[in-house]
Amino acid sequence: MPTNFNLNGQQATTEADPNSPLLWVIRDELGLKGTKFGCGKAACGACTLHVDGKAVRSCSYPVKFIEGKEVTTIEGLGTPDNLHPVQQAWKEEIVPQCGYCQPGFMMATAAMLKEIPEPTDEDIDNNIVNVCRCGTYYRMRKAIHRASQLSK
Amino acid sequence: MTRHLLVLLPFIALITLATEPPPPAPFDTMMEVLTHKRCMNCHPSGDKPRQGEDSHLHNFNVQRGPANHGVVAVQCGSCHQSENNSYSGVPGAPHWALAPKTMAWEGLSRAEIARMMLDPEKNGGKSLEEIVTHMTEDELVLWAFEPGVDGEGQPREKPPVSEADFKAAVIAWAEAGAVIPDK
Ligand code: FES
Ligand code: FES
Repeated sequence: MPTNFNLNGQQATTEADPNSPLLWVIRDELGLKGTKFGCGKAACGACTLHVDGKAVRSCSYPVKFIEGKEVTTIEGLGTPDNLHPVQQAWKEEIVPQCGYCQPGFMMATAAMLKEIPEPTDEDIDNNIVNVCRCGTYYRMRKAIHRASQLSK
Repeated sequence: MTRHLLVLLPFIALITLATEPPPPAPFDTMMEVLTHKRCMNCHPSGDKPRQGEDSHLHNFNVQRGPANHGVVAVQCGSCHQSENNSYSGVPGAPHWALAPKTMAWEGLSRAEIARMMLDPEKNGGKSLEEIVTHMTEDELVLWAFEPGVDGEGQPREKPPVSEADFKAAVIAWAEAGAVIPDK
């Protein structure tokens, strides 16, 4: 049975097994490679995307639960001509090192800024709990504050 | 010899009956479950859930948040869905959340837990009947008996009492007046 949902503003459908992780469908079936696979156990955050505007770890999200919902991936956050404030800030602060974890961090940050437009360092510590093996946390913190300014 | 043994058998049976401990009271059966880690891990006294067989603080700095569902970008629902996920090993059940602070059981005795549970000021205004329904029908409560597998694919430990025995004990305890022992 097909599962229908909205992906970055477009109708999307999949015939994948209902228990397939949403991450598999997004990457391998629908070809959007921005969302990354890190651990597959909801532990690292590399696969973070938005479901109805909320940060979700897509490796632990069976595709059957996505029916009728809106999914936003890093590809749908902004456009090259109109970057999302988080993407703009990430660029300005030259945050990534290898880059692998960064889409997940940016999606988690965008979800946080919607609810907490001016996060304190403590808000950042509590809400942004993804893992970066390159240790770019310091630059991310600066970029998150910058994204908050850019969003005003 | 055989005849002697046969004569003795009824006496042996009687002695065995007399020395067997009485069956546990419904209250104790119920409490065996409520104080098990499958329940206690999400009834903490602090602002962080616990997890695992050793009840360690939940990894990733997971917090209670303002409504017991986590903080805005790390909600329970960021990882926990409405059923167990045997692929990622993340447990799930409908309305997955921390018990409210008024239902913080960690560190309490069985009697204290029971008193808290029956106090409408703390239990969300529930009557005894509603508490019984909650404990015997709520899908998140009953998840304890179907806790799924962990991240290594290993089954999580279940409470030492079966689901049927737990439900029967809750009902029997309530029907007998929901008496809470002194200790
Ligand atoms: S790949 Fe999903 S949290 Fe690591
Ligand atoms: S930039 Fe390399 S893992 Fe984060």
